[in-house]
Amino acid sequence: MVDLNYYSDWYKTAPHWHKSVGLLLAGLTLFRFVWRMVSPRPKRLGGDLERVAASIAHLSIYLMLFSLFISGYLISTADNRAIDVFNWFTVPSLGELFDDQEDIAGSIHFYLAWALIIFIGVHVLAALKHHFFDKDATLKRMLGLQ
Amino acid sequence: MKKIALALTLAFGATAASAADYIIDTKGAHASINFKVQHLGYSWLTGRFNEFEGEFSYDEDKPKVSKVNVTIQTDSIDSNHAERDKHLRSDDFLNVEKFPEAKFVSTTVTEDSDGTMTIIGDLTLHGVTKSVSIDAHKVGEGKDPWGGYRAGFAGTTKIALKDFDIDYDLGPASTEVELMLHVEGVKQ
Repeated sequence: MVDLNYYSDWYKTAPHWHKSVGLLLAGLTLFRFVWRMVSPRPKRLGGDLERVAASIAHLSIYLMLFSLFISGYLISTADNRAIDVFNWFTVPSLGELFDDQEDIAGSIHFYLAWALIIFIGVHVLAALKHHFFDKDATLKRMLGLQ
Repeated sequence: MKKIALALTLAFGATAASAADYIIDTKGAHASINFKVQHLGYSWLTGRFNEFEGEFSYDEDKPKVSKVNVTIQTDSIDSNHAERDKHLRSDDFLNVEKFPEAKFVSTTVTEDSDGTMTIIGDLTLHGVTKSVSIDAHKVGEGKDPWGGYRAGFAGTTKIALKDFDIDYDLGPASTEVELMLHVEGVKQ
């Protein structure tokens, strides 16, 4: 997004899709989070330390996801402009909530995105570790196979 | 006693050296630094720098001794679009984190008999200092309704972005930026 040339065919399309997908994912994630709160969760596997670490990691990922969605939204809406989601519906702006909003939210969005990508990498490695080393059902359960 | 004498000398000395020093009225926002640049060659995009300060010296009878210097906070750029302003502040353009200030310091001022002024000075922008020439004229001067004395000027100049090492490709029609300057100073 930050390396697009002004004359690129994607200069307008890519940010439009980026914002549209982001806001839709925000809705989906919120739905998922509520679902998690109200439905019974599968029994956690592993030792005490692993279970606590997993809980912290999962909550951190949710926190990072929501912070990512919110910071992204705050960049584009800092000047009262609304965001068009695939020309399907429009999410209105809440206005400028604090000074230098687009810059501060922009930095948060940037670093959080990288942090999240790294965290997800760790998450994937942890699931593979459960599958191949601990030989438990974690990965199968994540994939809905069990 | 000595201190008071020194202070008096300094105070009178200062007023004697330059009869008419003005502070640009940024407090009351009677000054603006505007720019325009072509968009694709099809229209003009305008914007402004909202935060700056400066002062000038001016005497109608001695235009040659005129001076002006202005310091601009580059992160106050405002083109009425948050996403674009964020981009303009980034290292693609102004790199405001590294270069938070732009500066203009005049070197020579000339005024023709018809009132046309040429202000030549050093503009520091994006860490690069280049001489620029501003075509200016006095709009007016005189007493204001609140007991002060004011003088105001308008000027324009054109700069090439690549002269200031800003090389983001905006297309062939958008390599130059025009600056439109309006200042009103309050006499000190």
